[in-house]
Amino acid sequence: MIALLIRDLRLAMRAGGGFGLGLAFFLLVAVLVPLGVGPEGDTLALIAPGILWVGALLACLLSLDRIFALDYEDGSLDLLATAPLPLEGAVAVKALAHWAVTGLPLTLAAPVLGVLLNLPAAGYPWLVASLLLGTPALSVIGAFGAALTVGLKRGGLLLSLLVLPLYVPTLVFGAEVVKRGAAGMDTGTPLLMLAGITAGAAALLPFASALALRVNLR
Amino acid sequence: MSIWEYANPKRFMQTSAWVLPWVTGLAALALVGGLVWGFFFTPDDYKQGSTVKIIYLHVPAALMAINAWLMMLVASLIWLVRRHHVSALAAKAAAPVGITFTLIALVTGAIWGQPMWGTWWAWDPRLTSFLILFLFYLGYIALWEAIDDPDAAADLTSVLCIVGSVFAVLSRYAVNFWNQGLHQGASLSLDKEENVADVFYFPLLVCIAGFVLLFVTLVLLRTRTEIRARRLAALLARERVA
Repeated sequence: MIALLIRDLRLAMRAGGGFGLGLAFFLLVAVLVPLGVGPEGDTLALIAPGILWVGALLACLLSLDRIFALDYEDGSLDLLATAPLPLEGAVAVKALAHWAVTGLPLTLAAPVLGVLLNLPAAGYPWLVASLLLGTPALSVIGAFGAALTVGLKRGGLLLSLLVLPLYVPTLVFGAEVVKRGAAGMDTGTPLLMLAGITAGAAALLPFASALALRVNLR
Repeated sequence: MSIWEYANPKRFMQTSAWVLPWVTGLAALALVGGLVWGFFFTPDDYKQGSTVKIIYLHVPAALMAINAWLMMLVASLIWLVRRHHVSALAAKAAAPVGITFTLIALVTGAIWGQPMWGTWWAWDPRLTSFLILFLFYLGYIALWEAIDDPDAAADLTSVLCIVGSVFAVLSRYAVNFWNQGLHQGASLSLDKEENVADVFYFPLLVCIAGFVLLFVTLVLLRTRTEIRARRLAALLARERVA
């Protein structure tokens, strides 16, 4: 499992694209919103939590189809499926690798973009905490969508359509944590819900993803 | 004899051919009866005036939009566990009907909301979760259309339906939490306390029965079409081989 994780990470680093692309996209969102909405600090502060979360979510979406597509094309996915490691485990590891190259950098970069969007000071720890808790769920759910569409040509748009409604709860609770944190309110409930969603998704979805992969490899 | 015998396509075709005209007739009767009764023979609401009458379309459509997904969930589970093709095809057949009901509920809701709330759309929990339900249907149908192999398509959409159901429930609570709404409480409940007044209640029940029957009719009809299309494809494939 660790070997697979290291291999996926190395591939993501060297193949280019995935790693920097998500971050660049995140930055673009943070730049475009003030240009579109106007530079008033108060307005930006009001919408910053939501924009940051939506931006992170879209940046995550951008690299989803890479989770399985390349391995499917060159046949290494078949090898993974027949390897002694259960496919569920392989899916979980690949989702983890995806998180490490997209979710984690996004989380680390988010405070900088928070400055650009004039996020109130109280919001920063909650922004990092909510992204840290929430982005793994985005990766796991995304891996499920990618597993469903792996056999399809031009599955990218379909993948977005399938995954976006599944992202709704994560987005709602994640943005709520930051919003409440920035306003200095109690963040316990949404934070717990977010953690629950991530834990539940990480525990159950790899099984669904592995089932979908087996169907696609049949 | 067990209920699973109806999963045999031949048996299903025979039974549904016999049942279909009856269900169709009953659906037409209940729909026409309920709607005419509702639209012309009930008084106007003291607060909402005649706009209240859109309830006879709005509430049954919303009810069936959710129940259609529930039926797809059950059919998907049956397909995954027992591999009855009719079940998978019934789920496929139900999706466009379900999305239409969702659309009807959304549109009639907007038409009703405009004079009542002064807005066509509000980011209210119920409205939002219906919009998300609409997206779920859209994704489900798109996935069916995208995959060529029918068995793989049935498997994948079934998995999507099950996962989607869990997330649909989650989203429902998430948006509830996210925003307190404009939407009124439930119009109907099994214990009588919360119901709308009797004059509106009985025609509404007839309308709901009509929508349920309409749903059954359309799903039976569409499932029969799917089975025939599948047979046709098999015959064509055999001809090509021969």
